[in-house]
Amino acid sequence: METLWFVLVGFMIVGYVVLDGFDLGAGAVYFIAAKTDVQRRMILNAIGPVWDGNEVWLLAAGGTLYFAFPMLYASSFSGFYLPLMMVLWLLILRGIGIELRSHGENPMWRAFFDVVFGGSSTLLAIFFGAALGNVIRGVPLNGEHYFFEPLWTDFTVSSNPGILDWYTVLTGLMALATLASHGALYVATKTEGDLMSRARHIASMLWWAVAALTIIGLAATLKVRPQVLDNYRNNFAGLLFPLLVAGSLLGMRLFRAKQNDKAAFICSCLYIAGMLGGVAYAMYPVLLPATTDPAYAITVYNAAAASYGLKVGIVWWSIGMAIAVSYFIFVYKTFKGKVTLEGESH
Amino acid sequence: MGLALLIVVLKTIAIRKNDERYNNAARFWARIFGVNFIFGVITGIPMEFQFGTNWARFSKYAGGVIGHTLAMEGIFAFFLESAFLGLFLFGEKRLGRRGHWFASFMVFLGSWLSGYLIVATDAWMQRPGGYAVADDGTVYLSSFWALLLNEWAFWQYLHTMSGAVITGAFVMAALGAFYLLSNKLIEYGQIFVRVGVICAAIASVFQLFPSGDRQGKMIAFNQPVTLAAMEGLFKTEPGAALVIIGQPNTAEQKLDNPITVPYMLSVLTYRRWEAEVKGLDSFPRDQWPDNIPLLYYSYHIMVGLGTIFIAIAVIAALWLWRGRLFQSRWLLWILMLTVPFPYIANTAGWVTAEIGRQPWLVYGLMRTHEGFSPTVSSGNVLFTLLGFMGMYFVLGILFLYLIWREVEHGPLELSSRPFVAANSASSEEALE
Repeated sequence: METLWFVLVGFMIVGYVVLDGFDLGAGAVYFIAAKTDVQRRMILNAIGPVWDGNEVWLLAAGGTLYFAFPMLYASSFSGFYLPLMMVLWLLILRGIGIELRSHGENPMWRAFFDVVFGGSSTLLAIFFGAALGNVIRGVPLNGEHYFFEPLWTDFTVSSNPGILDWYTVLTGLMALATLASHGALYVATKTEGDLMSRARHIASMLWWAVAALTIIGLAATLKVRPQVLDNYRNNFAGLLFPLLVAGSLLGMRLFRAKQNDKAAFICSCLYIAGMLGGVAYAMYPVLLPATTDPAYAITVYNAAAASYGLKVGIVWWSIGMAIAVSYFIFVYKTFKGKVTLEGESH
Repeated sequence: MGLALLIVVLKTIAIRKNDERYNNAARFWARIFGVNFIFGVITGIPMEFQFGTNWARFSKYAGGVIGHTLAMEGIFAFFLESAFLGLFLFGEKRLGRRGHWFASFMVFLGSWLSGYLIVATDAWMQRPGGYAVADDGTVYLSSFWALLLNEWAFWQYLHTMSGAVITGAFVMAALGAFYLLSNKLIEYGQIFVRVGVICAAIASVFQLFPSGDRQGKMIAFNQPVTLAAMEGLFKTEPGAALVIIGQPNTAEQKLDNPITVPYMLSVLTYRRWEAEVKGLDSFPRDQWPDNIPLLYYSYHIMVGLGTIFIAIAVIAALWLWRGRLFQSRWLLWILMLTVPFPYIANTAGWVTAEIGRQPWLVYGLMRTHEGFSPTVSSGNVLFTLLGFMGMYFVLGILFLYLIWREVEHGPLELSSRPFVAANSASSEEALE
């Protein structure tokens, strides 16, 4: 039962990164891709009807984590206190950046919210990557499974690390490259003309960064936390994830070269799912490793809620998510196709 | 949330009467709702995070129970609301008339469902049930339905939602009154006043009875010490009086300058003239709410304003029925100036509920001082508190500015607005 919830929470996190990832990425490439006001409005309209729903995945994943693994929620959210608060501020800024830009016609009003939106999206991508880096590397948990991490210590990976060290900065950059390329591919599928060709070009360039960072990131992870190979050694089924990553990375390149934006975007989704799935597979059953004493680590067994709650949860979670996924299919169908600018748009 | 219901009402009238003005009105209020929704979403995300960041011990203790209602809110309500709000705001042309009505209904359903699940979470903290205690002292869920169908949640929900409808209805009526008094957009002013006043009258009566009355009984039977503090009742007495005005004097344990209605508190609480109502002196000191004056005042502000709302809304509804409302400028002035007070009453009501629960975080189970995050220092909390204060201050200014812009534009066709026309010109340029 605990393992099932590990998979389900993992599924929701992947859902969040794939979906909100493209609108974050669209924000990260906003200034490079869109040069005129009309082009910027095209990008905002491409994500306008969906970004908010995508962000709900973060809330829903958080809520699911909360009731399935209450101790993990309590420990990690208080331990990552400062960076989480900054993530919240950035999410607030990004929301008003997207929504308020079109409420003013003054070019200075628009320029201001452009910077708010582009800047907060870029920083959020880096923050989320650094967060993942922290979870892989481990945190200084105490005997009660609590910890508090300062923003930085000496930037080395030690038993007393900060939120930012060389490894988490690397994973942050990796996330930025991945989501920027993801967003550029999404923009290419939704727009036409000048903007589309620029988005395609950006995606092609970023592919090299993504590929290089994947290899460097893998090497760095093996150095920082060699235990990640254990699960793969014990069960070869896990090799599916690295294969998925390699295949989708190649696919991204191939379809990009063939001008098939949609297929390239789907490969980018698979790449993200493969990377995160691979990490989850390597971590299991640990949810949050300890840099202090391995016995302090938070695992699916010591953090899970009681079994009655987990069983009831399966029932309503399955019903709720089935309905939610059907909304998403409906919404994306309604807004499919290239973006057009209308009176009611951003 | 109140506005979500009113938009459905406007959309329904538009379809039934086949009157395009109601559709324009609905679109206008949808834009206001949209602005509200943005600010609600971005300020709401921190709320869920705060359970973990600032109340880690409480989360570890109770997450196995209230995690259910919070996660259900995300999965059942937020997905619904956000998906259909996108459709409602951007998809009118693609959905058609009935599809668009359906989208507005689903937004309403989502926001009202979310209201229930969050109130059910609070209700568990007020009147915990459906849980069992584990070996390590934390609580876990033992009955899903006891959590979801808590009687406290039922009445608190009706009371909260009806408060939301009162707010939405008074805002609508106030804006209508503003248009009528300033002699512009008369047609829409009349629609807003009519719909607003009728809804406000129904909701403000419902707010007192049955929802407020039953909510009060929930407190009387489950948290009698809270009731005593709310009512400023220091001494236990039979046939207790209801305090209308008076200042609690905690040093001398009495009420200064009271104006009271004899026997009324006993009647309202127990339906008997001579019933004994327990005062604060019946309870040990460490069970008393920490801040009795704040609790007393917020409760009396809520009740006092609620009574005034009933008076204003019922008089306005009578005048409307007699066909004299649109000519009675004094009454329109009152309607317009009422607008901030429902917000104050709602806030006071929540202060009453939460201060009234003190010193407990989960009533009878966990004290508030036992719930905070052990590893987060007060310096860090202050840092982020200041950050939020600064940011919310800016957000508040932006919010008022945006609402004012929409109010000035009014519910006219979009194409007749100068700045959108300029934008559509530039989009034609893009197509060339």
